[in-house]
Amino acid sequence: MHPAPSVILFSVLSGAGFGLLFYLGFGLAHPSGWAAFLWWGLGYALAVIGLSASTFHLGNPQRALLAFSQWRSSWLSREAWTSVAALVLLAPMALSDWLGLGLPRGFGWPGAVLALGTVFTTSMIYAQIKAVPRWHLWLTPVMFLTFALAGGAVLAGQSFAPVLLAVLLVVLLAIWQVGDGQFARRAQTLGTATGLDRIGTVTVFEQAHTAGNYLLREMIFVVGRKHAQKLRGLAMVLTCLLPAVALAISTGWWAFVAAAVCHITGALAARWLFFAEAEHVVGLFYGKR
Amino acid sequence: MTTLPTHTEKKLGLAIDLDTCVGCQACVTACKGWNDQGYGVPLSDQNPYGADPSGVFLNRVHSYAVQPIDGAAQTINFPRSCLHCDDAPCVTVCPTGASYKRAEDGIVLVNEDACIGCGLCAWACPYGAREMDAAAGVMKKCTLCVDRIYNENLPEEDREPACVRGCPTGARHFGDFADPDSKVSRLSAERGGYALMPDLGTKPVNRYLPPRKKDVPYEASVLAPLLDIKASGFAGWLDRVLGKI
Repeated sequence: MHPAPSVILFSVLSGAGFGLLFYLGFGLAHPSGWAAFLWWGLGYALAVIGLSASTFHLGNPQRALLAFSQWRSSWLSREAWTSVAALVLLAPMALSDWLGLGLPRGFGWPGAVLALGTVFTTSMIYAQIKAVPRWHLWLTPVMFLTFALAGGAVLAGQSFAPVLLAVLLVVLLAIWQVGDGQFARRAQTLGTATGLDRIGTVTVFEQAHTAGNYLLREMIFVVGRKHAQKLRGLAMVLTCLLPAVALAISTGWWAFVAAAVCHITGALAARWLFFAEAEHVVGLFYGKR
Repeated sequence: MTTLPTHTEKKLGLAIDLDTCVGCQACVTACKGWNDQGYGVPLSDQNPYGADPSGVFLNRVHSYAVQPIDGAAQTINFPRSCLHCDDAPCVTVCPTGASYKRAEDGIVLVNEDACIGCGLCAWACPYGAREMDAAAGVMKKCTLCVDRIYNENLPEEDREPACVRGCPTGARHFGDFADPDSKVSRLSAERGGYALMPDLGTKPVNRYLPPRKKDVPYEASVLAPLLDIKASGFAGWLDRVLGKI
């Protein structure tokens, strides 16, 4: 699948942002005064920047409001609702922390739950697609949620962040391990896709068209897969190991910044792989994957 | 609403005969030609005469070489377009309601005025039936020529999809699969018509008719009697002389 920069930025930034808002909403991190302004502001900024980045790849972004209409059937529509609902419901708690209004913490709980709910709906957009076997997996929501919880913990300065980073490492290894065999487990080949395996062994004689098209660009993206193993290593080091080490050896602000920057950079690499390594079954018709 | 209808009165679709398809691409051009001026925005091309041309087509014809365990290899031309699935995943993923399946005849359509061009429906389709129009930023797909099949301004024989009307070998058939006595239903039953990737649960309406069994090579040498000619006369004398040198 084509790793569109807008979608990678969106899912990484908004994932980390909603993760941070989850901790702030639940009061696991409860800054006050201008510190609260900065922390809540960071959470809101990441979530909103991410959400607006997601509109960049739309063909007709001026009609984006219509995406709120199909929540009964579409995970993308549900994501629109949960994200806006989380941001609206958390606003009183954010103002209360900043201005010292003293709202009971319970006011932040529904928004905190919806913040995680948003990450879940994002993950289901990918996990629901049967035509991409690597995504159509229960580990996909687990991976997105762990990313949000670990990234949010790093950004919220939680003492247990290294533990969650370790969990994230295990989840990443698991989704890569299981994901690598997913296409083969679906047992779709050129022969089964065309139904011509009932006659014999099928190979591509001549392509349907000599030039590129939307399908080849969007769904049959094969560029850069040869570096996948190196990128996986880099993603593990940057996303999990370096931030955990930085947070373990120091509680200073520099360790916090270094951990946050490393984690987000690594998350971008991991998310790039999530798209670039995913193979759509339509590639079979072209003899490609 | 992008929820699917529980039942459609008709199941309009195509039966595509892989035995008679010669891969001439007439259906591709007929489709492109009609849909350049019919339903929705025209199918655009980018850089059509340049070094890297690209464009939207609602129908693509692949060519495959198939090697049976015994017998000669076959070339099978394989048209690929929307299968108008009963359980169309492209419909339910749509966040705006632009993608829908009609309850009356089962045609899967895109309301281009509501399409935001997110591309999720194209991801959801296992068959690559949807292509984004790069000029208009909306998703294009086979409409089963909805602006032809009910069009009373056209002569009766033209009220079928452009790809069917344009096929010179009669390899494409249009009809109602909900009616067991329709031409396409009977054809599919007789010829063992099959759906593509049924295990993905999409319940396609279109059917592919597999190529008929071919003769095996040793039965097929119709030239055999001609190859056994004994030369006579001058040619026979020449044959004998040259054989002795």
